[in-house]
Amino acid sequence: MVSTSETKMAYPPETTAYAPENKMSPTSTEGTKSATATAKLRAANVNFHYGSFHALHDVSMEFQENKVTALIGPSGCGKSTFLRNLNRINETLRDTRLEGEITLDGQNIMDFDITEVRRRVGMVFQRPNPFPKSIFENIIYGPKINGMLKGTSAAEIVEKSLRRAALWEEAKDKLHESAYALSGGQQQRLCIARALAVNPEVLLLDEPCSALDPIATAKIEDLLVSLKDQCTIVIVTHNMQQAARVADTTGFFLMGRLIEHAKTDMIFKNPACKETEDYITGRFG
Amino acid sequence: MRPFEEDFKLLDGSLQEMGALVARSIRRSVYAFIEKNEDFAHQVIRDEARIDQLEIQIDDLATSLIVRDQPVASDMRLIVVAIKISTDLERMGDLAVHIAERSLSLMSQPLLPEPLDFSPLTSTVESMVLGSLSAFSRRDAALAREIVVADDAVDQMRAEISHRVIEQMQREPSCIPRAQDYLTIARSLERIADHATNIAEDVIFLAQGVDVRHRQLEGTAAN
Repeated sequence: MVSTSETKMAYPPETTAYAPENKMSPTSTEGTKSATATAKLRAANVNFHYGSFHALHDVSMEFQENKVTALIGPSGCGKSTFLRNLNRINETLRDTRLEGEITLDGQNIMDFDITEVRRRVGMVFQRPNPFPKSIFENIIYGPKINGMLKGTSAAEIVEKSLRRAALWEEAKDKLHESAYALSGGQQQRLCIARALAVNPEVLLLDEPCSALDPIATAKIEDLLVSLKDQCTIVIVTHNMQQAARVADTTGFFLMGRLIEHAKTDMIFKNPACKETEDYITGRFG
Repeated sequence: MRPFEEDFKLLDGSLQEMGALVARSIRRSVYAFIEKNEDFAHQVIRDEARIDQLEIQIDDLATSLIVRDQPVASDMRLIVVAIKISTDLERMGDLAVHIAERSLSLMSQPLLPEPLDFSPLTSTVESMVLGSLSAFSRRDAALAREIVVADDAVDQMRAEISHRVIEQMQREPSCIPRAQDYLTIARSLERIADHATNIAEDVIFLAQGVDVRHRQLEGTAAN
């Protein structure tokens, strides 16, 4: 049998014509570089501490306007902690400390009134958490406390929000019924509609499909893709295929550090960092 | 090792087995041609079935891995490349059979009036085949690039042989039937080198995630 381990041919010296073009530095990538001009939200050297536990280490990341960014990584890697800093929800926790800077349209979010931050940067959580009220009241709650009802009818806001969340057809005949009458997938879309009712510029989603079946998950994913024309989306997910399907760029977190942030296509075809490769191919995590 | 990792190793191993088998068939077909060895020609024809079987086995394993593991990154690249390389190897096996068949035909016929020296072409083609398989086995993108560069030389050698055969056909039409066998062999060798080049390009994609197909190499002329 002919051996394939050696070649007889004296090959010419290596050409540099085919030098790899897609290797990237861990956090400064094409995705983030091109984001510089249009970054809606930007984190610079963010460190976060729960008491004495240092949960985030020098995380710097940009989120492009009208793009979906996925944050992936093993449990406890800090991705949800990072997400929750983006609209200051972590402030509600005792004995925590945030260092670094997070800016929205170039302005430090700590300089905003907290109500304005929450209006401009909405959040949807892992489990659907509708208020124990009617569908209509769930939607109108945010606009009401933000004084957005002047000149616009509540019914208009409710219809528009439910349409944006692809829930109008299913909910239009039971607007005054309890939100708990909806299925899990519908409740999650109601929570998205509720977040959208105050016209947020950024929507943060923390594993929004983890409690949903594949059909409800597909509806939420379709919704996210359609919503990105209207706002900037950041989604934490454990579902790698979901990140591949919906996200324009993906950031991989490990042990409180952002290891790599690049175009999603690149992350899943040819990641720059071995840690990313090992995680997404299931070799650890 | 987790179960899916064993399957990826099996896929890799099957490709290497197929590659070794195809390289052996090419070697034997060339030997049958140059040395007029009838036994080797028949062995090449017999081995084709095993090569075809391995192609099916590799494609089946690759599609199962896609369905079951939804591979990404280097795993995804190995599967994409495995399906393409198995197709290239199968075609190379077919071309070795063409050379063996033409060699058997030529054994019963006289040489051309001006015998041709095929050895530079056969040795370059064989080296490219072994080099591409070695590059795959070692995930060696640098070696793979050298294979891609070498393909132009094969094209030139084949063109030169074809030119000389056609000249003889024009001068002495009675040699046309056997001259056609020489043309077929030269074309088969050149096609084998093309498939080796495809494999080398796939190795670069596998090792570095860079798609180099249909690009002009530095320092080479456009075809």
